[in-house]
Amino acid sequence: MSAEKQLYTVSVYTENNIGLLNRISAIFQRRHINIESLNTSPSEIESVSRFTIVINMTEDNIKKIIGQIEKQVEVIKAYYHTEDEIIYQESCIFKMRSALLFDERQIQNIIKESNARIVTVNREFFVIEKSGRKEEIELLHRELSAFGIMQFTRSGRIAVSKEEMKISTMLEAFQH
Amino acid sequence: MDTKTIKKETNTTQTTERISGSEAVIRCLLAEGVDILYGYPGGAIMPVYDELYKYQDKIHHVLTRHEQGATHSAQGYARISGKVGVAIATSGPGATNLITGIADAQIDSTPMVCITGQVASHLLGSDAFQETDIVGISTPVTKWNCQVTKASQIPEAMAKAFYIARSGRPGPVLIDITKDAQFEEFDFKYEKCKGVRSYIPIPKLDQTSVEAAAKLINAAKKPMIVWGQGVILGEAEAEFKAVVEKAGIPSAWTILGAGAIPTSHPLNIGMVGMHGNYAPNVLTNDCDVLIAIGMRFDDRVTGSLSTYAKQAKVIHFDIDPAEIDKNVKTDVAVLGDSKESLAALLPLLEEKTYPEWHQKFKDLYAIEYEKVIKHDLHPTKEGLTMAEVLKEINIQTKGDAAIVTDVGQHQMIACRYANFNKTRSNITSGGLGTMGFGLPAAIGAKMAAPDREVISISGDGGYQMTIQELGTIFQQKAGVKIVVLNNEFLGMVRQWQEMFFDRRYASTEMTNPDFVAIAKGYFIPAEKVTKREDLKDAVAKMINTDGPYFLEVCVEKEGKVFPMIPTGASVSEVRLE
Repeated sequence: MSAEKQLYTVSVYTENNIGLLNRISAIFQRRHINIESLNTSPSEIESVSRFTIVINMTEDNIKKIIGQIEKQVEVIKAYYHTEDEIIYQESCIFKMRSALLFDERQIQNIIKESNARIVTVNREFFVIEKSGRKEEIELLHRELSAFGIMQFTRSGRIAVSKEEMKISTMLEAFQH
Repeated sequence: MDTKTIKKETNTTQTTERISGSEAVIRCLLAEGVDILYGYPGGAIMPVYDELYKYQDKIHHVLTRHEQGATHSAQGYARISGKVGVAIATSGPGATNLITGIADAQIDSTPMVCITGQVASHLLGSDAFQETDIVGISTPVTKWNCQVTKASQIPEAMAKAFYIARSGRPGPVLIDITKDAQFEEFDFKYEKCKGVRSYIPIPKLDQTSVEAAAKLINAAKKPMIVWGQGVILGEAEAEFKAVVEKAGIPSAWTILGAGAIPTSHPLNIGMVGMHGNYAPNVLTNDCDVLIAIGMRFDDRVTGSLSTYAKQAKVIHFDIDPAEIDKNVKTDVAVLGDSKESLAALLPLLEEKTYPEWHQKFKDLYAIEYEKVIKHDLHPTKEGLTMAEVLKEINIQTKGDAAIVTDVGQHQMIACRYANFNKTRSNITSGGLGTMGFGLPAAIGAKMAAPDREVISISGDGGYQMTIQELGTIFQQKAGVKIVVLNNEFLGMVRQWQEMFFDRRYASTEMTNPDFVAIAKGYFIPAEKVTKREDLKDAVAKMINTDGPYFLEVCVEKEGKVFPMIPTGASVSEVRLE
């Protein structure tokens, strides 16, 4: 088992309940673990929510954290994966001055080359959206910074695992 | 561990009936077999109290003198009976006053359901009078909690609360009910909860892990068992005794495991941990196989982890998967209910005795006896020791009493010297170390087991943290025997100050009131003992008095508890002086 810290993506399948976010975040807070990113959303199963949490820690510790998460009554199952065991994406939005589109022609090339897209344009500003890996988003951010960014925001990571997670089987087992 | 049902017909109500949310709360409690609950009324819970008034012939409400007392009483009730303890309080300060007891129940795995009133739902979040976010506040210290804002949600929430509190690794649950939900009428129907799909209370026992454990145990030359409360919570005392006796393994206990097999059992080698016995602490670092059963390797048990049982193969039986490898790496983990796991283990074990290995424990006991126990039990100096008092209680109760302790020196002395003939006899605050736990917990214990002798033993510090519960004892005529071992110090902190802070006794000296007068103020018969020659008669008088009794024993002021593993030291570095 690796004693080195690395990025782990934790996927938590839960009942859709008020207060569960509190319970889960308390597990990290108590242990002084910084959450790199956190996303909650519906999952592939109706009425089941999914947390995607990115943390930097050792495998020893991530196993303990998974134990604590799964201990929560309304958590169905929690998994942890390394970077190469998942497919993941992040998303970001830039708001920039519209004048730049005419004054700084290379912006259009940057947008094209980075596979970003323009969501909207009006007289004052335009909005660029980009989905991809963290490094791609960071690169785009660096390139656009030179022109002045009016607003920037990046989403938490969302990820699917290469391996099957078998939540449905687990829930079916409960029905019987 | 099922709670007693009062009337079978109230167990499940199949046909619906139109009643208020507050009446539904009572009906749910009755259906769950609750016949006693501890609490304190107030604005936001008044509709439920109004129903308690109507149902007073079926359910007994005990008015404690503080909400903290209600939780500790509910805990004492649960710990001695195995049933779910119930505490009830109003919103705001009523609810926040429950928190200490809830946190205590969480860390000591005590089944408890707390019901709190809440401001009306339209006022939530408006900083209304006595509004507090008790669901948010209690989240980290509850096994589960929820807020109910509609009467129709009450039956399901209550059913789930009791199921979750008592199943698997037990724990506290809080249900917060808004006042409008208490008033609202709805069609009541109650069904007991049989399962929650996201929650597996007991992991399925894996026979191969049991076989692997048996193989290690059978091959061991110097095996040692450390058991915890899991044996008691799983009602596995008989299976555990059979395992210990067949395998012939010296067995030590954590503070909450005390009494699962009697203190006098020849294979019971005493307590482990900071103030545990010398032999099991030292030999933890000598055994070749360490078998942990229903315990969680608390830091007070292990001392320094980096030097804890490093030479041993570790087998860990537990119901909670999160405990495996949490503090100590295990070689074999057996997940499951202790009763079932130990029953599966028993036939696989070879009958063994380890005479040489046992001799090592005896030799170390002899050292502990010479250095510590002799002076504790048979002091030659003038001042009374705490251990002498325990010895006298042992003699006069024949070791059959339930001992309810508070936290500190007296607690460690009580655990070390009390004779526990019966299981569920050591009721104490283990994990949280809650001063003030003892007196109210003893009330709950006595009410749950009125036929048992229940002796509350406190220090002069902790006793004063919940001393107001004397009022509850008086009003309920609860036959609790109250012993205060008074050294006019916060003794354990003073001991640390003496040993590690150059005797700088910062705020540990107590100027105490007349405890006897206070007890008498509550019409509780009381006596104070200062001399050794008066102790025996005083304890006899206490035991022979019907109903509650208060006995203050003035003990030596600067007594210390040994053995002791200093913080951060290894179990084998346990000090005898």
